[in-house]
Amino acid sequence: MKLAVLSGKGGTGKTFISVNLVNSAENANYYDCDVEEPNGDLFFKSKLLQELPVKVKMPNFDKEKCNACHECVEACTFNALALIGKDMLLFEDVCHSCGVCTLVCKQKAITEVDKEVGIIQVGEFGNSKIVTGKLNMGQSSGVPVISGVLDLIEEDKLNVIDCPPGSACSVVESTQKADYCLIVAEPTSFGFHNFKMVEQLAKVLNKPFAVVVNKAESKNNMISAYCKKNDIKVLETFFFNRKIAQDNSRGEICTSFDNKMKDRFVSLLESIKDDWQRSLK
Amino acid sequence: MIIAVPVDEMEKTSPVCISFGRAPFYLIFDDEKKTFDYFDNNSAFNAQGGAGIKAAQSLVDRNVDVVITYRCGENASKVLGGKAKIYKAENANAKMNIEMFIAGNLQLLNKVSPGLHGHAQQSGK
Amino acid sequence: MKKILILSGKGGTGKTTVAASLIEYLNSKTIADCDVDAPNLHLILKVKDPKEKDFIGSQKAFIDVDKCISCGECAEKCRFDAIHPFEGSYKVDEISCEGCSLCSLVCPVSAVSFYDDKSGTLQKYTGTYDFSTACLKLGRGNSGKLVSEVKRNMIIAETEEYAVLDGSPGIGCPVIASISGVDWVLLVAEPTLSGFSDLKRIVTTAKAFELKMGLCVNKADINMEITNEIIDYCKDEGVYYLGLIPYDKTVLKALKSSKLIIDIPCEAGNALRNVFKEFKQVLENEK
Repeated sequence: MKLAVLSGKGGTGKTFISVNLVNSAENANYYDCDVEEPNGDLFFKSKLLQELPVKVKMPNFDKEKCNACHECVEACTFNALALIGKDMLLFEDVCHSCGVCTLVCKQKAITEVDKEVGIIQVGEFGNSKIVTGKLNMGQSSGVPVISGVLDLIEEDKLNVIDCPPGSACSVVESTQKADYCLIVAEPTSFGFHNFKMVEQLAKVLNKPFAVVVNKAESKNNMISAYCKKNDIKVLETFFFNRKIAQDNSRGEICTSFDNKMKDRFVSLLESIKDDWQRSLK
Repeated sequence: MIIAVPVDEMEKTSPVCISFGRAPFYLIFDDEKKTFDYFDNNSAFNAQGGAGIKAAQSLVDRNVDVVITYRCGENASKVLGGKAKIYKAENANAKMNIEMFIAGNLQLLNKVSPGLHGHAQQSGK
Repeated sequence: MKKILILSGKGGTGKTTVAASLIEYLNSKTIADCDVDAPNLHLILKVKDPKEKDFIGSQKAFIDVDKCISCGECAEKCRFDAIHPFEGSYKVDEISCEGCSLCSLVCPVSAVSFYDDKSGTLQKYTGTYDFSTACLKLGRGNSGKLVSEVKRNMIIAETEEYAVLDGSPGIGCPVIASISGVDWVLLVAEPTLSGFSDLKRIVTTAKAFELKMGLCVNKADINMEITNEIIDYCKDEGVYYLGLIPYDKTVLKALKSSKLIIDIPCEAGNALRNVFKEFKQVLENEK
């Protein structure tokens, strides 16, 4: 099963939930798709098994063949090319690797070469694979790195995908292939506002989903009320707990030493599986 | 000599636009012919990305020798490169800035803003 | 007139909460919410009836089913996996399409055209505040361009002393777009491993621009060890350390009802006032 954990707003506890789900499951992998600022492995501290560079294609110009016709410059939607006299300038950080310039060049002066935009680290934590995508600073799009991370999904395991915050293209890329979405929401006015955005995203992507409320003060809160009214399942509610916050701040995985929490996460895993099975019918 | 200034409106007395790439227009002054003209920067203004690069390319294509602007990104400055010198605009309208340049009262812009993707490159410091 | 941008690196440290209180403290009337992905500031400022404008992020491809001969070239060549078979023909996924136009170049029957994609909505509130914000449509990119538009929509009055911009989390395009042209960055840090790690990335990114930075540590007593590491880090990086705000349960209540923290008599509110007092001092000394 591919389980995407998302939230809309940052700081609601996606990573807290994702990490503890993986730690409480019998056969799970963790995929960190927050490639701008991946944090999951700060908790697992996994043993590094391999590093895989993520590459995209960049145009390469043969000055001999170029006749400075300007066509590639005009054709580039992203304005990544500039022609100064006969010198072609490529702005790599602006290039989206679409391949149009290569296609339009009548002189066949453009070929494509690989450029590294990020790295994927695969680590080991017990019987879990911890896969972390890291986008190089300055790169415009995390999508190729996210795509590379998700390529390493193992079908026979529970694959927990820790998504980036927001609802932009990187979130969509992380969620697109998921079987089920778990939305982590916090009952504050901001949390509520952003929760509705990701609820919409899950609907647009046609994914079955349920909610976990985090940092709550009571079981009856603005998120639970909204969910009740709209027939959305709330699978668990975690209250704000100072000790957990402190442990979390140190990169500790609470289900490793708190049996009550472990039980709750095991239970949550069951609820997710049940709800997913139900949605398949 | 051809001088270009990014402007908010097609008026000589328009304020200098705070943006280089996404200036709606450029005021183009030909120092030999003593003529003022305007260039509609809409393709860069509306570009989904690389606006500075596009605007700079348009200016290079018009054989601009001098650009007077408040700011210029590092990508755009690479395009302007050896072809055009970039001067720092003063807090005055476009026409006045051109006059100040001709009188030799403007400084070269020696700090380029890092590109949208954060690479810093500070020349001249 | 100084433009102050609130950033954090990691999400959820309290940017918007701090921004709203700072706006009140500095009596700033010119404001922008640059977190176009998940804008929240309007919820606290209690503004209404914005003037709205469509934001065209980019163009997207559209396949004319009548002309299409289902050769599949477009789908095969598309680098963004945006074209898929659909009802005997092919359809462009509007979320994945980047508008590069490769499909139209390879189409043998010119079945591909382009339309302006309404990628978001720009909003401008006037009245008590001159408040510029925007919302990016689901799944869209071009957040950098939208942020630039939000900033362009800010009309800064000659008499205004401070403009406050609420930033977005992360270190990507929308953050960089919000930084350019700003005078000060106020960093809201949280003392967690993730928070500190992300803070370092944002400081490195911001340092590339010539601006000054101040920092406060929010929920500081959750982990005093990391709080102290952050304070030392500020010294090393030339960031003004402005103070710390303790974790305060009263704040949770305020967040539920969108009240301003500095208006509530509580530990966090007092600490935040002190942070702002220190910040204002630093702002005035720098003149």
